[in-house]
Amino acid sequence: MDSVHDLGGVEGFGPIPIEADEPVFHETWEGRVLGCRFLMGFWGRWNIDANRHSLEQLPPGDYLTMSYYEKWAAGVVNLSVEKGLITRDEVRTGQPAAESERMTPPVDAAGLLAFLPKGRPSSREIDAASAFGVGDRVRTARHMHSGHTRLPRYLRDRVGEIILHHGAHVFPDVSATMAGDAPQHLYAVRFDGGEIWGDEAEPGHSVTADLWESYLVSAA
Amino acid sequence: MRAKALETLLVGKGLVDPAAVDALVDTFSNDIGPQNGARVVARSWCDPDYRARLLADATSAIAELGYSGMQGEHMVAVENSDDVHNVVVCTLCSCYPWPVLGLPPVWYKSPEYRARVVREPRAVIAEFGLELADDVEVRVWDSTAEIRYLVVPQRPAGTDALDEAGLADLVTRDSMIGTGLALSPEAD
Repeated sequence: MDSVHDLGGVEGFGPIPIEADEPVFHETWEGRVLGCRFLMGFWGRWNIDANRHSLEQLPPGDYLTMSYYEKWAAGVVNLSVEKGLITRDEVRTGQPAAESERMTPPVDAAGLLAFLPKGRPSSREIDAASAFGVGDRVRTARHMHSGHTRLPRYLRDRVGEIILHHGAHVFPDVSATMAGDAPQHLYAVRFDGGEIWGDEAEPGHSVTADLWESYLVSAA
Repeated sequence: MRAKALETLLVGKGLVDPAAVDALVDTFSNDIGPQNGARVVARSWCDPDYRARLLADATSAIAELGYSGMQGEHMVAVENSDDVHNVVVCTLCSCYPWPVLGLPPVWYKSPEYRARVVREPRAVIAEFGLELADDVEVRVWDSTAEIRYLVVPQRPAGTDALDEAGLADLVTRDSMIGTGLALSPEAD
């Protein structure tokens, strides 16, 4: 999806907003939003890819001006409405609808603390052999679709070298639609700065990104 | 919808357990943060076998110290040297290695950092006070998948007498993202 979340290389932004001795949370509500968004995921109605896609679909102006946790709050509201966990009326009133049945949360504090050290690995075993190996030259796709994807705009139609093969991982472009994991081989691909940015590239730098096999064709 | 109202609604419907929110906030406020990654780096400086394991299979090596899981399921450690400086970003969202660094700072999530560091990494790193020499190769890692990268900064000079805990005190969050170096002992 070509929206403003795909920020790599966009020009016009000012200095990095560095804050000395930054607290983990600036305000209490930020932690509550983190918790709500995280815990709502345990209902299984969406996954990390759909979650990311919900933020990408915020209006571009909002995306660039809302804080991180404001975006998270908006994202969890939108996903929860879309998946039928809450209604727009309830969002408006802030109260459960009179007829709604009280549910039981899918995870409690102990369950959450047991889950954190495990996480949700994205690696999968697949039968298909990898098409590429370390050292291979590959070209990235030029055209992309309007759904969720993890091939950034600034790395499209560029030639790079595979430096790591990560095995097979869940493919976000499919996973975000909740149509299954559709795992593919995943590679770290290194691109020279000059290949990406042309003559104005800062000297002596490269960018490495993790890219799925279907984003790549051989450039041997 | 205001954040407080959001939690009230979700708790009122039985969708979220507020005690679980408390537990998550407490964990990221107190238990999971850059002090974890600092221990990993300090161990790699002291123990050549551990360093080799970290560079070969970071997920397992980091788990040896008890750090694993959410947003660190698949770790890769990249080591700085006299010739190479690594720096990590997520241009598409805010991917960050939670088990070793905790939650990301605001600047890491900012459009400014995400847009600029892939295009002008030296200029961005200089804004953090670090001027890289012209002959140092800068490697930017854009976290586009579920692989999370941990930068292993160089061990500062003059630290031979320090033990692992003393060394860990020199390892800053920014040095493990790549926007800084580990502190020198005299900087304490």
